Amino acid sequence: MKLLVLPILVPMSAAAIMLLAPRRQALHRWIGVAGAFALLASAIVVFDGVERNGIQVLQISGWQAPFGITLVADLLAALLLVAVGIVGVAVTAAAFGGVDPRRETFGYHPLIQILLMGVSGAFLTGDFFNLYVWFEVMLVASFVLMALHRNRAQLEAAYKYVTINLIASSIFLTALGLLYGVTGTLNMADVARVWPAVRSTGMDVVLAVLFVIAFSIKAGLFPLFFWLPASYHTPPAPVGAVFAGLLTKVGVYALIRIFTLLFQGGPAALSTMLLVMSAATMVIGLIAALREHDFRRILSFNLVGHIGYTTASLALMTPAALSGAVFYVLHHIVVITNLFLVSGVLLRLRRSTDLRKLGGLYRGQPAFSFLAMVPIFSLAGVPPLSGFLGKLAILEGTFDAGAFWLGGLVLFVGLLTLLSMGRMWAEAFWQPSAESDRGTPGRPLVLAISGLSLVTLAISAVAGPLLTITLRAARQLIQKDDYIRAVLGSIS
Amino acid sequence: MEVLLAVASGVLYMSGVYLMLRRRLAQLIIGLGLLSNGTNLLIFAAGGLTRAQPPVVPPGADQLVPPYADPVPQALVLTAIVIGFGLLAFSLVLAHRVHATAGTDDVDHVGRER
Repeated sequence: MKLLVLPILVPMSAAAIMLLAPRRQALHRWIGVAGAFALLASAIVVFDGVERNGIQVLQISGWQAPFGITLVADLLAALLLVAVGIVGVAVTAAAFGGVDPRRETFGYHPLIQILLMGVSGAFLTGDFFNLYVWFEVMLVASFVLMALHRNRAQLEAAYKYVTINLIASSIFLTALGLLYGVTGTLNMADVARVWPAVRSTGMDVVLAVLFVIAFSIKAGLFPLFFWLPASYHTPPAPVGAVFAGLLTKVGVYALIRIFTLLFQGGPAALSTMLLVMSAATMVIGLIAALREHDFRRILSFNLVGHIGYTTASLALMTPAALSGAVFYVLHHIVVITNLFLVSGVLLRLRRSTDLRKLGGLYRGQPAFSFLAMVPIFSLAGVPPLSGFLGKLAILEGTFDAGAFWLGGLVLFVGLLTLLSMGRMWAEAFWQPSAESDRGTPGRPLVLAISGLSLVTLAISAVAGPLLTITLRAARQLIQKDDYIRAVLGSIS
Repeated sequence: MEVLLAVASGVLYMSGVYLMLRRRLAQLIIGLGLLSNGTNLLIFAAGGLTRAQPPVVPPGADQLVPPYADPVPQALVLTAIVIGFGLLAFSLVLAHRVHATAGTDDVDHVGRER
């Protein structure tokens, strides 16, 4: 399917067109939104193709795999692409009101497009080295977005972010070098085909540990997540939103891809390692969220904690658990992006996201508060919203796999989330406060938040059909032979 | 030769990590550079080394006769060098900004006023 290249080409073209007309910020905003809508449309076309006809493959330049670079879209990649499109539309729309002029002058709009291109490329590529390159594309764009700061706290966050990500990239590259040494190929499908013949316990352990360290840094798993809450609360709301929504999910995606293709049926210690890390991430992330007083830091810790849900389900490696994980990732991308945009509105209203300076928002902004209820209560897991359904799916997955202690932990962490979100709602919106609003919510931000809230409601409404699709995605991931056959064709 | 490269890459990793654990930004960046070069050497060594056998069909012959050098690790390393160079340049500029703004390159003091 030739169209597979579109989700990469569209944002790249949008960025290129913007660079042809530098200094025309108003034009950039419109090109940005148009590009994001086109990206969403192409993602939906790709998803439709995958949903109807199975895994879609494009051999770039007609070089047959494993020699050229292959783009592959299975259901997981296609679903995530659609989520990228949705986040892209929301963030570019929010940029009409949420970005400072200085940042716009230094290329905010093209950088967002490059970031979207990097994320789409990472989801689409069928080659491990190409995945590394897409990671770098995405990271460089995020570095610049992060580093366009003035004050010391923000600069500190920026260099911490850059350093830890460069270390993660080095570790990823080290793992790739060793993987190439063992298998003699880096095409994902070809590696998966050759791997069973050459794998040994030692190689399994070394590679899995290197990959897990590299991707856990990016995804934010315990004990490697501390950089995330230390940096995600400093950039302006749309940047924080796209980082929180997409960047950690690319790490989760890479973990899912590597574990399903290579480490299925590996030593039990590997899944135990991932399980323990995930469980610790869930508990520690949410406990840390409870002791924070800043809206965005609470969100960052919630983000980290919920990544643990998805990786724990991945470690169980059953279709039901993996399906829950995919559903949860989709729900979480939309909701966490939305909540970071909500924090942008709070910044406009009160010039702060400190809960002690918020409060009484419900009195001044009843309509906006009602709107913000959707993502807050969805993340908290209140039925019938998507967060509840996602946690239910993950819970069913854990019970189905016989991991009852993990199911108990998921429930406990769900309770902590409810507590954390309930406290946030009560302190920011309900609690009477002497502070008064010093600005307006800003129409573009509210529009973007409404759109994402609608998507959350839609996910909740069509959860049944969506869960059958995520189950198919999970089966596709676990039966990796289909993937290998789709890419390599007659070779295997 | 592989042993030599393995040792060299190990030494680069070691010095890189040591430098990154120091408190000065300049050392941190040199450490990152060493780490990425250690990785490049490792890819090169892991791909296998073949001396004096370029992957080119010799004149008069129809096809390559093994053993010949594998060109893929060289392409990978080349790409990684370029990416690493770009990132290093970026981190240098960032460090310069940090130093200019905070007036210190001690990582413990960048974020807050002393």
